[in-house]
Amino acid sequence: MTGEHVIHARDLNVYYGQLHVLKDITVAIPRSKITAIIGPSGCGKSTLLRSFNRLLETMDNVRLAGSVRLGPQDVYAPGVDVTLIRKKMGLLAQRPFPLPMSIYENVAFGPRLHGIRNRRALDRLVEDNLQLTGLWSEVRDRLHTPAVELSIGQQQRLCLARGLAVEPEVILADEPTSALDPQSSRRIEECFRHLKDRYSIVMVTHILRQARRLADYILFLYMGELVEHGPAEQMFNAPRRELTREYVQGVIS
Amino acid sequence: MRWSWRKVEETFFRCLMMAAVVLVMLILLWILLTILVRGVPALDWEMVSRTPRGGFYLGKSGGILNAILGSLFLTLGATLAAFVAGLPVALYLTCFRGDSSRTAAFIRTVLDVLWGIPSIVYGAFGFVLMIWLGLRASLLGGMLAVALLILPIMIRGMDEVIRLVPRELYDSAYALGATKMETAFRVVIRQAAPGILSTVLIALGRGMGDAASVLFTAGYTDALPSSLLEPVATLPLAIFFQLGTPFPEVQERAYASALLLTILILVISGVARWLIRRYARQVVR
Ligand SMILES: Nc1ncnc2c1ncn2[C@@H]1O[C@H](COP(=O)(O)OP(=O)(O)OP(=O)(O)O)[C@@H](O)[C@H]1O
Ligand SMILES: [Mg+2]
Repeated sequence: MTGEHVIHARDLNVYYGQLHVLKDITVAIPRSKITAIIGPSGCGKSTLLRSFNRLLETMDNVRLAGSVRLGPQDVYAPGVDVTLIRKKMGLLAQRPFPLPMSIYENVAFGPRLHGIRNRRALDRLVEDNLQLTGLWSEVRDRLHTPAVELSIGQQQRLCLARGLAVEPEVILADEPTSALDPQSSRRIEECFRHLKDRYSIVMVTHILRQARRLADYILFLYMGELVEHGPAEQMFNAPRRELTREYVQGVIS
Repeated sequence: MRWSWRKVEETFFRCLMMAAVVLVMLILLWILLTILVRGVPALDWEMVSRTPRGGFYLGKSGGILNAILGSLFLTLGATLAAFVAGLPVALYLTCFRGDSSRTAAFIRTVLDVLWGIPSIVYGAFGFVLMIWLGLRASLLGGMLAVALLILPIMIRGMDEVIRLVPRELYDSAYALGATKMETAFRVVIRQAAPGILSTVLIALGRGMGDAASVLFTAGYTDALPSSLLEPVATLPLAIFFQLGTPFPEVQERAYASALLLTILILVISGVARWLIRRYARQVVR
């Protein structure tokens, strides 16, 4: 699929009960780039991320208005198959949560859900995706041991491989390195750099240096509003809004 | 060194807790010793390998194989039925209803009330149900009553352990494109498997030890269980009948039966614990 942008959000408003957490968000996420969502704690970064793949609606007090498109597809259109939407957007959480099964089963879980049964095909998928995240050489001898026995950093890369195995277009990552040691964080960042040619990556981070290192495009959220968005270069060096300047210079946090 | 009030308080409660622990241990030990001391002399191979002969309840030869097998069949059947009926309810309460669901809260309250109902009431209700179904006292009738008795334990127990499964694990599965059903059956159940097994075990123990619910519904017989529709002997009732005779040698056998019941439950929980440990390896903490 082509087109310069992969996700379009339009007039997105989200409420938790009475709490208005996202206000009139209209933004387009560039394709095959790393986009970072930055902003102070509680400003709605995770909420925005979870509104893209409709994970928000698994909570029971949420209300959402507005629209999100993934490529040409309206994510919230009535009658769309939500599982197919979610499949197109891999999720990486703050802390890795491997499924309670073996390393192999973790990666094969998604493909199996979507109908791949052939053992050889699954073997290939498992190997390829573990390769992509640099985990293959570390775990090839213990594919059938429980995934929870891996180190936290390895678990996070396994979760990434698991998400990649269903061939998403987008990777949504919510502070994917905040539970990891510096070494493991660096490996995740490396993965992202390699992957961005094939996938569009949207990551939440509150580490400004990480955003500087990785991001091509930046969204700055403040108290539920999208204050400014633009290429990383511009956002860090010549922001248009005073609030953005103060935030990227660490005056406010 | 002066004794401050806080220190006195601390020491007092420490002693109180120690006393409570010791008391509990003593009672447990006492029970075990009683059934061991009284039961072991009467326990022999005949006890576990034969059914009651003529005059068994007067002190003549025979065993309680009828009750051992009866209890095993009845309880395993009832536990299986309660598990199969209970799991979907537990999953409905947790995976398909949000935390703030009123329906779920209401169902939980109802189940807690059911949990508290004495087992003789389940026996009486089972009896009514059987008459209504045209059954007489039988293995099937007993299974039905015991299944009803342990159903609330089963559902609420599984409900509690499934509620401990972290949100993020659901999210992981949803994000891969799993439906609620797939998430429940392929991920949540696995994560909760050790807890679910313990619940099944507790329910099984409760069912196997209960006399009141099977009194009218399973009946009693000296024959080995042969059909779902025939009466069946159970260990609690075997103990009851033997203890009720005036003959010391038969009463001894009641203790031997109690010992067997205890051993049976210990063996089953041993196997289950082994299974739990195996499943616990996979679980995310
Ligand atoms: N389930 C919920 N129910 C009610 N309020 C919520 C819920 N989840 C989040 N909130 C509130 O919504 C606001 C935005 O939350 P969100 O998690 O999106 O923030 P965030 O930017 O990701 O913060 P952080 O950097 O701390 O992760 C916060 O004020 C939070 O308290
Ligand atoms: Mg967050």
